[in-house]
Amino acid sequence: MQLDSMYQEIILDHYKHPHARGLREPFDGESFQVNPTCGDEITLRVRLDGEQVADVSYDGQGCSISQAAVSVLTDLVIGRPAKDALATMDAFVELMQGRGKVEPDEDVLEDAIAFAGVAKYPARVKCALLGWMAFKDALVKANAVDAEK
Amino acid sequence: MTAIDVARVRKDFPILARTVRDEKPLVYLDSGATSQRPNQVLEAEREYTEQHNAAVHRGAHQLAEEATDAYEDARANIAAFVGAKPDEVVYLKNATEGINLIAYAMGNASTSGPEAERFALGPGDEIVVTEMEHHANLVPWQQLCQRTGATLRWFGVTGEGRLDLSNIDELVTERTKVLAFTHQSNVLGTVNPVQTLVRKAHEVGALTVLDACQSVPHGVHGQSGVDFGALGVDFAVFSGHKMLGPSGVGVLYGRSELLQAMPPFLTGGSMIEMVRMAGSTFAPPPQRFEAGSMMIAQAVGLGAAVDYLKLLGMGAIAEHERELTAALLRGLGEIPGVTIVGPETTEQRGAVVSFTVDGVHPHDVGQVLDSYGVAVRVGHHCAWPLHQRFGIPATVRATPYLYNELSEVDTLFEGVRAAQEFFKV
Repeated sequence: MQLDSMYQEIILDHYKHPHARGLREPFDGESFQVNPTCGDEITLRVRLDGEQVADVSYDGQGCSISQAAVSVLTDLVIGRPAKDALATMDAFVELMQGRGKVEPDEDVLEDAIAFAGVAKYPARVKCALLGWMAFKDALVKANAVDAEK
Repeated sequence: MTAIDVARVRKDFPILARTVRDEKPLVYLDSGATSQRPNQVLEAEREYTEQHNAAVHRGAHQLAEEATDAYEDARANIAAFVGAKPDEVVYLKNATEGINLIAYAMGNASTSGPEAERFALGPGDEIVVTEMEHHANLVPWQQLCQRTGATLRWFGVTGEGRLDLSNIDELVTERTKVLAFTHQSNVLGTVNPVQTLVRKAHEVGALTVLDACQSVPHGVHGQSGVDFGALGVDFAVFSGHKMLGPSGVGVLYGRSELLQAMPPFLTGGSMIEMVRMAGSTFAPPPQRFEAGSMMIAQAVGLGAAVDYLKLLGMGAIAEHERELTAALLRGLGEIPGVTIVGPETTEQRGAVVSFTVDGVHPHDVGQVLDSYGVAVRVGHHCAWPLHQRFGIPATVRATPYLYNELSEVDTLFEGVRAAQEFFKV
């Protein structure tokens, strides 16, 4: 059934039991992002320890896809160098914009490969990317990366 | 009154016979966003394009004459349909452009001479809207206030989803220059008391602007079609694509006397009276507001859509939609965890039913419905402040139309229950 290809068990698990949720202090960069078509929103904070992403905390409201995606994001980036986290983001964005034709690399994306089915629904791609956009923006605000990159 | 023979009507709409998502019959409940088009409309556009296509209001050849006739006949037809005279109907690309036209014309009036003074705005003047407006009838007014220094004020909405008129005397005063409001909310379905608002506006000398996008296509129950002349509004807008017509064509209605006095918005070809290097004068309305080449085939198509609606009868359409609305309100009301946003009876209410499902985000409800072949809209429906008023980010919205069978709403209910099951709420 098509629904199951979008709503993989991993996604529903993250939606029901989100990881790292809640806004925490201190933080080095914060971003607020909205999806203007549906009104979903997220506030996401990044705390850095040198080059490392020490913590990502967030709060917001949104559909299962957007909430699960940000939960998976925290698993993928906390404790890793910011540079590597952005490389993971690039892989995720490529997967999401691939219209279901991009083969995901599980070594890079881990649980995020579950979003491969979402990529077939263009209307939901923005949902999956909302948290990642906030993450990148928060890194920029924290001066961890160049805004141009 | 003849009831609508839905099975027969559906044969005119080829798209309604198609399937979606694994061979599911399409249940199209998103006509509030855009309606489907019958063969008669497609045929009218095709016939115009194949036989009469030419630029209108210029050229001495036969095609130019025929094209002009087709364009102007459609205008007269559309005008009569909404209780207007032909020169009170301006073609535009959509209703949004119509509101912007008024707002920009008023902005232009604010910096021009005394001849346009009645449209001029400045600090101390007020524009009044409502909290239930579509962004199209809100943002242009916010912008106009920003440009002119006027102040924006608004009516609130009650918990039931009605306009809160309790402070009407404080809101609409001698300072009010414009009172802009929707005839029927595109989220709540609420039909607003036009007469009360028009009377109040005229008492204080304010201009009224009616967003009729959700009323003209459907009629208003208990009346036949929408009649701007009888309603007494100064301006009104509606869109072709929501009333079986093509996209790319909409209408601005303005009382003759006002259109004659109002400065233009877009300027250039076709809208002039006389052009000299040093300056120009402008054509009388409606041409004054139709600069450049227009959407002629689409206007002809909209004329055919009006014919189609008239053939079925606006009274019959409104009655059919009332039955569909009653079924939606009843069926959704029976599902535990479903909350209807808007009036829960069909009293002064049209065929727009928005709702939330506890524990399931509207986007996810919409996705499950889609897997059942049911097309609805999810989100804030371009009425974000209204959703903020109700403390919710989004809703699911079902908007049936004249071609929906009563049985189709059952598929919606089935899909909503399936969403609850899927997300285990």
